[in-house]
Amino acid sequence: MYRYILRRSLSGILLILAVSLATFFLMFAGGDPATRMAGESGSMADVIRIRQAYGFDRPIIVQYLSWLGGFVTGDLGRSLYFDMPVSAILVERMLTTMRLGAWAILLAIAIGVPLGVAAGCRPNTKVDRFALLFAVVGQAMPTFWFALLLVIAFSVTYPILPSSGLDSWKHYIMPMVVLSYFAAPAIMRLTRSGMISVLDTDYIRTARAMGIVPHKILLKYALRNALIPVVSLAAAQFGYMLAGSVVVESVFAIHGAGRLAWESILRSDLPVIQALVLCFSLFYIVLTFLADVVNAWLDPRMRIA
Amino acid sequence: MSAAPVMPTAGAKSMVTLILPRWRQHTGFMLGFCVLAVFALMAILAPMLAPYDPYAQDLMARMRPPVWMDGGNWQHPFGTDQVGRDYLSRIFYGARVSLFVGLSVTIISCLIGTALGVTAGYFGGRVDTVISFLITARLAIPVVLVALAVVALVGSSLQIVIAVLGLLLWDRFAIVMRATTQQIRSADFIVAAKVQGASNFQIVMQEILPNVVNNLLVVATLEIAQAIVLEAALSFLGIGVPAPTPSWGLMIAEGRADVFFDPWLITIPGTFLFVLVLATNMTGDGLRDITAPEGRNR
Repeated sequence: MYRYILRRSLSGILLILAVSLATFFLMFAGGDPATRMAGESGSMADVIRIRQAYGFDRPIIVQYLSWLGGFVTGDLGRSLYFDMPVSAILVERMLTTMRLGAWAILLAIAIGVPLGVAAGCRPNTKVDRFALLFAVVGQAMPTFWFALLLVIAFSVTYPILPSSGLDSWKHYIMPMVVLSYFAAPAIMRLTRSGMISVLDTDYIRTARAMGIVPHKILLKYALRNALIPVVSLAAAQFGYMLAGSVVVESVFAIHGAGRLAWESILRSDLPVIQALVLCFSLFYIVLTFLADVVNAWLDPRMRIA
Repeated sequence: MSAAPVMPTAGAKSMVTLILPRWRQHTGFMLGFCVLAVFALMAILAPMLAPYDPYAQDLMARMRPPVWMDGGNWQHPFGTDQVGRDYLSRIFYGARVSLFVGLSVTIISCLIGTALGVTAGYFGGRVDTVISFLITARLAIPVVLVALAVVALVGSSLQIVIAVLGLLLWDRFAIVMRATTQQIRSADFIVAAKVQGASNFQIVMQEILPNVVNNLLVVATLEIAQAIVLEAALSFLGIGVPAPTPSWGLMIAEGRADVFFDPWLITIPGTFLFVLVLATNMTGDGLRDITAPEGRNR
């Protein structure tokens, strides 16, 4: 088990290095950053001064290493727009996004897993059809449109929920529902297919033949095995959801990391964008790592892979 | 799985007669496919169907409501937008943008993903390790954010949006192609081809690709849907297809300011977007059920 964790974390670190390299070169996607920062009215002298001030005149590998070194020690660079350390802006925004995301993924699991179990136990019945419809509709619904539809329904037609901000529990309802409806269909589908294949196995048949009460078979033997792949999926979905918060936060005017990303992109505030992309990737990598460890703990066979 | 008997390739004719009834029986597939066909026709025939020029502004006829609301008339069945452009015409041309983006992005990502996936699955070993690492790294990168950032930095245009999404969305192709290639790489007919002295390239092109094309089609269909949604989301955030192009995402963004008074500006393009994505997904799911009956109900 410890060897597995060690090996898995080594590959995680390699992954972080690879992603950080990609994120770093994002900065150069729009051409020379110094020229961009100097703006249209900037003279050549301005460009040269900016190049020296931000160290763009150093070899690219040195720039990358100093950026990465800064990241490791918590120095994420300086925001061009706020003229403040990026870390000072980022932490609070990130916490907002994660709080919302955590509630949303919990809701998604609370809906997706029971629905998937109900559908998987009785394939091709009404419950199953309903669950599939729920999933198919959810997977086709663009998040920003669903968010706006909710606003139209619950803030305009029946004004019972606030349409922007994150001040009270009421503000959480709509963004939470939108984010969880984005994640729930996949969780539901995987739980369902897991249940169907587990219920078909010999050991469940044996358990049935031994006369164990059905709900005990379901919860103790079937669900536990069916849920193993769901752990990884839920972790990955949580990562996607955080990264997808750009859209939802812009609709509901929530001052989280997603909105910060969008605003920074509009103002070409590169240090903030880089820090955000790397943070979101980091979350995804850590989450999938944790899911793998949990799975290895649940199912020893996984430790070999 | 590796010893699974692979059927000798039957003639194309008998394959069709074998599968055709299954297509007809699959309601979800037929429904999705027909709706998709309607949207495709809409996109192709947009210049003939659209009653007005989608770019023509008419400041005397701004914000006319659609025909089913008070004050609407058949002159503008879906009403007009903030600068008096006919909404129905913009919806028709919007289908063009969505489908064009969906198809082109999928072609790019299919080429990248299939090349990587088949290479990894066929050669295995170190090649596989490197490519698998690439896939995992790609999965860790937040697509929406990176696409937004790159499009904003490079400058937004339809071509840039397509290129950026195409370069980002190859992961599912690579994953599925790697797995399916692994399954058949040690099958008898591959070994036979090797014994006959076929080169690796010949084996991949003539033996492997024809056998994985079903899965490729399924992934491609689902990927079209994803590309369409992402383009709409980017355009909605103002960093996708630039105005005044009639993109459904952009139309929703433009209608957002009037959400409190004229929600139909949002609901109409949104409904078209939703139905198109729904139909595409249903076609993809149906294709999977039809071509891989053993995966049904899964």
